[in-house]
Amino acid sequence: MWKSREAILALAVLALLAVIASRFPAFILPGNLARVFTDTSPLIILALGQMVVILTKCIDLSVAANLALCGMIAAMLNGMGVPLPLILLIVLALGAALGAVNGLLVWKVNIPSIVVTLGTMTIYRGVIFLLTDGKWINAHQMTDGFKAFPRTSILGLPVMGWIAILTVIAVAVLVNRTPLGRAFYAVGGNPHAAVYTGISVGRTQFVAFVLSGALAGLAGYLWVARYAVAYVDIAGGFELDVVAACVIGGIAIAGGAGSVTGCLLGALFLGIVKNALPVIGISPFWQMAISGTAILIAIAFNARGQGPKGRIILKQAEHRA
Amino acid sequence: MQAQSASGTTPVLSLRGISKSFPGVRALNGVQLDLYPGQVTALIGENGAGKSTIVKILTGIYQPDEGTITVGGQDLRFPTAQAASDAGVTAIHQETVLFDELTVAENIFIGHAPRGRFGLIDTRRMEAEAARLLASIGADLSPKARLRDLGIASRHLVAIARALSVDARVVIMDEPTAALSHKEIHELYELVETLKAQGKAILFISHKFDEIFRIADRWTVFRDGQFIEDGTMAEVNEARLVQLMVGRSVDQIYPKRPSQIGKPVLTVAGYSHPTEFEDIGFTLHEGEILGFYGLVGAGRSEVMQALFGITKPSRGACRIAGQVQVIRTTAEAVEAGIVYVPEDRGRQGAVKGMPIFQNVTLPSLHRTSRAGFLRLSEEFALARDYTQRLDLRAASLDQDVGLLSGGNQQKVVIAKWLATRPRVIILDEPTKGIDIGSKAAVHDFMSELAAQGLAVIMVSSEIPEVLGMSDRVIVMREGRIAAEFAGDDMTPENLVRAAVGIEEAA
Repeated sequence: MWKSREAILALAVLALLAVIASRFPAFILPGNLARVFTDTSPLIILALGQMVVILTKCIDLSVAANLALCGMIAAMLNGMGVPLPLILLIVLALGAALGAVNGLLVWKVNIPSIVVTLGTMTIYRGVIFLLTDGKWINAHQMTDGFKAFPRTSILGLPVMGWIAILTVIAVAVLVNRTPLGRAFYAVGGNPHAAVYTGISVGRTQFVAFVLSGALAGLAGYLWVARYAVAYVDIAGGFELDVVAACVIGGIAIAGGAGSVTGCLLGALFLGIVKNALPVIGISPFWQMAISGTAILIAIAFNARGQGPKGRIILKQAEHRA
Repeated sequence: MQAQSASGTTPVLSLRGISKSFPGVRALNGVQLDLYPGQVTALIGENGAGKSTIVKILTGIYQPDEGTITVGGQDLRFPTAQAASDAGVTAIHQETVLFDELTVAENIFIGHAPRGRFGLIDTRRMEAEAARLLASIGADLSPKARLRDLGIASRHLVAIARALSVDARVVIMDEPTAALSHKEIHELYELVETLKAQGKAILFISHKFDEIFRIADRWTVFRDGQFIEDGTMAEVNEARLVQLMVGRSVDQIYPKRPSQIGKPVLTVAGYSHPTEFEDIGFTLHEGEILGFYGLVGAGRSEVMQALFGITKPSRGACRIAGQVQVIRTTAEAVEAGIVYVPEDRGRQGAVKGMPIFQNVTLPSLHRTSRAGFLRLSEEFALARDYTQRLDLRAASLDQDVGLLSGGNQQKVVIAKWLATRPRVIILDEPTKGIDIGSKAAVHDFMSELAAQGLAVIMVSSEIPEVLGMSDRVIVMREGRIAAEFAGDDMTPENLVRAAVGIEEAA
């Protein structure tokens, strides 16, 4: 079921593709679209985790640092000869643990999430530096299997893209079809009512952070393996793109409202802008301005949608609303 | 009376024919009020009589729909709070409105601080003025102290000094003693005497009769938004005031069916909380509607929230169907079969932005899911079942709860709890702020629940509702059970006496 906001966003994405195609028709060839989608996969995966956190009235600014730390650990484990499946499990668990640190501070110590994750994002980057002394791990230090996995093509789409698709499906099922998913919406929509319903607000927020962390850990491996390099500053500032994707996708910053479809479309919109502008020869500064404008337009849309509607006094108007 | 010497006989402030309506409610209907210089006038009335509305009109927060305000012989309008303040009317509110991070002097002079050169605030002069004002009311406070370091009583003194700093002619005190200790109340009385001696007219709003008889010179009674009568304290007694406050017969029709009262379901003994209530004990039976009456702030909701696991009692035990239960969380309360429909639906009840059916199934999701996945068809079936029983009017169960009227939102919240199949349902002010039609539906349904053997606790501040619906009534006052009435003892006079703390009339 598509709500009007998602439909508008889908139209915006299509319009964007049409404009690009008019100047550079090769952009919309299936092969290139698959490449753009794969390139946007880390953003999609992180944005889905971020969406769940934002639904519960929190925000996770530490996702990019979490990604970088988990990516570095993955590269180091690879150097020690740890097999790939085990590395995948470890980055998921480590990411979840880093998310749990955020969640516990929000739940048990009652610190606002923006402050908690602002702190941990710096700490996680610092830990990478302590682990490596600032040294890089380069392509020649990684095994071929480690680097090849995300790029292995299945039915024309690399594994990395497939992982993004599976994440979309899993998160969609989680938020739409499980009691936990319903709790995310209830906690963000009305925390007081959630308490009176027997839902623990803090615990639900904690779970959201763990989920966001685990997805960041997974994305960490994918990122490092695909770009075949790991260092302190990978994905620097990426957390802002992630939040931007959510906002453009109509996830309400005040919590309690938003959909997986919207989130996916928000991430795709940003991904297409990022990939297309260099191709048609527009400077990266324009790219930032376009992302920024898209965020402001999206926020204005949301604000208009959520503004006071006035009291419905006429009986027949209840049905129209 | 002694006060007559310092006071005039012409009112400094007069209200005539003041009416004020809100959507669905006529809060004030042509009321009048006179305040005399150097005298304390007590405004008396039940919860919802219109006392708070009149205070808001006097301080320029609400505009009356009709009527006149005369101050010192001039007809005035108070379009803003500033206009009321300029006319010399000032209020010390129930919950004092002050700023924690500012100093005492800054709080006193906020909005009208003395200015020095370049229009900057002249801190030295402001602090000197503040010290003078504080001394005049006998308050031993430093103007430089930060407000957050002060206790409640000191904050009141700051609020009073602030009221005096604008050279007030009329001082409104809205339940000023509610949060004060015995000694502090005594100091407040002395302060009121000081203000009287300075010729201020004081409007004193209080539920406590001992206070009113101690310091008031005159009285005015409101009931259901109407002016009833006024006079001087010398010519009235407690019994007469209670009669004027209540003064109506229970003539509305309540659909209370005689129900079969069965075995005890819930037994509470010695429930206590360090700051909210003390030694609460009662037994609730199957098929019974037990009313809890009391003034606002008597601790009724707090007791119910403890029974529902939102707060923890420090002592006391609770048995459900004969078994001792320890309830630490709301989830445990729901499991034990106790549910609570809160008073504040907007904040505590419905999740706006969520569709109706999801609101209804929120506490019952374990029943509508299989292997951890929700089954939408079962959710819809459950929601349809309970919303139909309550006669919910909505376009579809997919509709956002926030778009429903207050009465229909209330039905969604009640349906949500009934869907958990409880043994005890606690309804906190179930009909507050909803229209007459929805009220009747809620009453009807309550009665039906009791007839089906459910035990119902109804917290209500409306006497007709309490008397019309309850099998028994417990009256609470200041965190304790003041009295319990059943049968012919359930009269409006008895309830109000117990609630305000007057012994049997002599």
